[in-house]
Amino acid sequence: MATQPLAQIIAGDNRQSAAIDHGFALKVASRAGGRQMLRCFACGTCTAGCPVAEIDERYSPRRIIRMVLMGFKDEVLHSPFIWLCAGCYTCQERCPQGVHVAEVMRTLRNMAVEEGIVHPAFKAQAELIRRMGRIYEIEDFDNKKRTRAGLPELRKTLEDIKTLFERQKVNERLG
Amino acid sequence: MNDSDNGGKRRYALYLGCTIPARVQQYEIASRKVAKALGLEFVDLSDFACCGYPIASLDARAARVLAARNLALAEKAGCDICALCTACTGSLTEAAHELANDPALLESINADLAAVGLRYTGGIKVRHLVRVLWEEIGRQEIEAAVVRRLNDVILAPHYGCHYLKPSEAHGDFENCEAPHTLDDLIRWTGARPLDYPRKLKCCGGGVLATDEKLALGISRQKLRDISQRGADAIALICPFCNIMYDTNQKKIETTFGLDLQVPVLFLPQVLGLAMGFEPRELATQMNRVQPKRLLEKISLK
Repeated sequence: MATQPLAQIIAGDNRQSAAIDHGFALKVASRAGGRQMLRCFACGTCTAGCPVAEIDERYSPRRIIRMVLMGFKDEVLHSPFIWLCAGCYTCQERCPQGVHVAEVMRTLRNMAVEEGIVHPAFKAQAELIRRMGRIYEIEDFDNKKRTRAGLPELRKTLEDIKTLFERQKVNERLG
Repeated sequence: MNDSDNGGKRRYALYLGCTIPARVQQYEIASRKVAKALGLEFVDLSDFACCGYPIASLDARAARVLAARNLALAEKAGCDICALCTACTGSLTEAAHELANDPALLESINADLAAVGLRYTGGIKVRHLVRVLWEEIGRQEIEAAVVRRLNDVILAPHYGCHYLKPSEAHGDFENCEAPHTLDDLIRWTGARPLDYPRKLKCCGGGVLATDEKLALGISRQKLRDISQRGADAIALICPFCNIMYDTNQKKIETTFGLDLQVPVLFLPQVLGLAMGFEPRELATQMNRVQPKRLLEKISLK
């Protein structure tokens, strides 16, 4: 029986090779959201309470953190699973080691973006925010409806958001 | 700020976020009515924009800049923030907490804000409306305002995740594994808060844009638990949770072959009914699943 490399077993795929980046865990841990991550002892409390894992067992925050600690940078940053965290913080509140699990997921998404991997749904929202300052467009129709309901009108665009995005080069990063 | 009391007046900058004014106006309408009747004054700042939450996944720092921009606007207006959306509450609270504890980050973010003529020095308190009602108005005043007790009404409380978590940023306002403020507010109207399995589970809204079926599957669990226990409605406090449970309930029923029919109300609508407002004044006609049995129980139908 041929032995499958550990990386592939953990990643659950059949790719031929898995490059190990020995500095990856430290890189994640050095960012604000990665604090305490090196303390993870893989108890699985995060996955046990996860509302996403309850529905889709392929999603496992424990496995993702294990893969980060073992240096599987490419597998992790290309994994669709890092985009499935619902951000409910249950894992983070319960982690006996104080790992900021939800923030680790957010950090991994940020790092994926820096490598040019951007989830299209998030990219579309970012573009709306840049353009109008909101994720939903406010049209004249909406303001008329609001006026009829006795609610104050809303500004349709908020120009200074564009300025802030340009200064930080947000859109360049999103490609 | 410590002077939000402002000469006996409870004055807050009302933070609506993106979703409420565009998609769930019933929440805004009911919140304004109830808040006014209870003596809260809301200031509308037309420059408020996105809280930063949607872009935190792409660029955490850019999200903090957006949050800080709103905090700076509130500071300029001299008001603490009262937010209606739990995701916005979370994003702004996390930013306020982080900026209060990281002077270097504050300075660097202020360098960005300077480009749009703003500066945040700190001290703005961000709270969700439910927290303001519980902490600032309190049991005595709310019970005194109840003129139509919701006796025999059973409501399933759903705390939005970011109302409570991360607890570090929310200042341990309450224990996120055993919260009680929403239960209390329900009780003060005369209704009974239902205890049910998965009471503290997430609505799944956070993955709606990335995996709709997964998100609907998460919402289905709680709706099924609640419908089996015969609650008259869910009482919730977040537009995203409402989109999952109310707007998408029909879709959940057809996707999974279920008959749920669980009405969904915003806590301010519940409170408003108890305070004597008519359903129309609280825009309950805008809710998808109508709370017929609840209204019958309080003789409104």
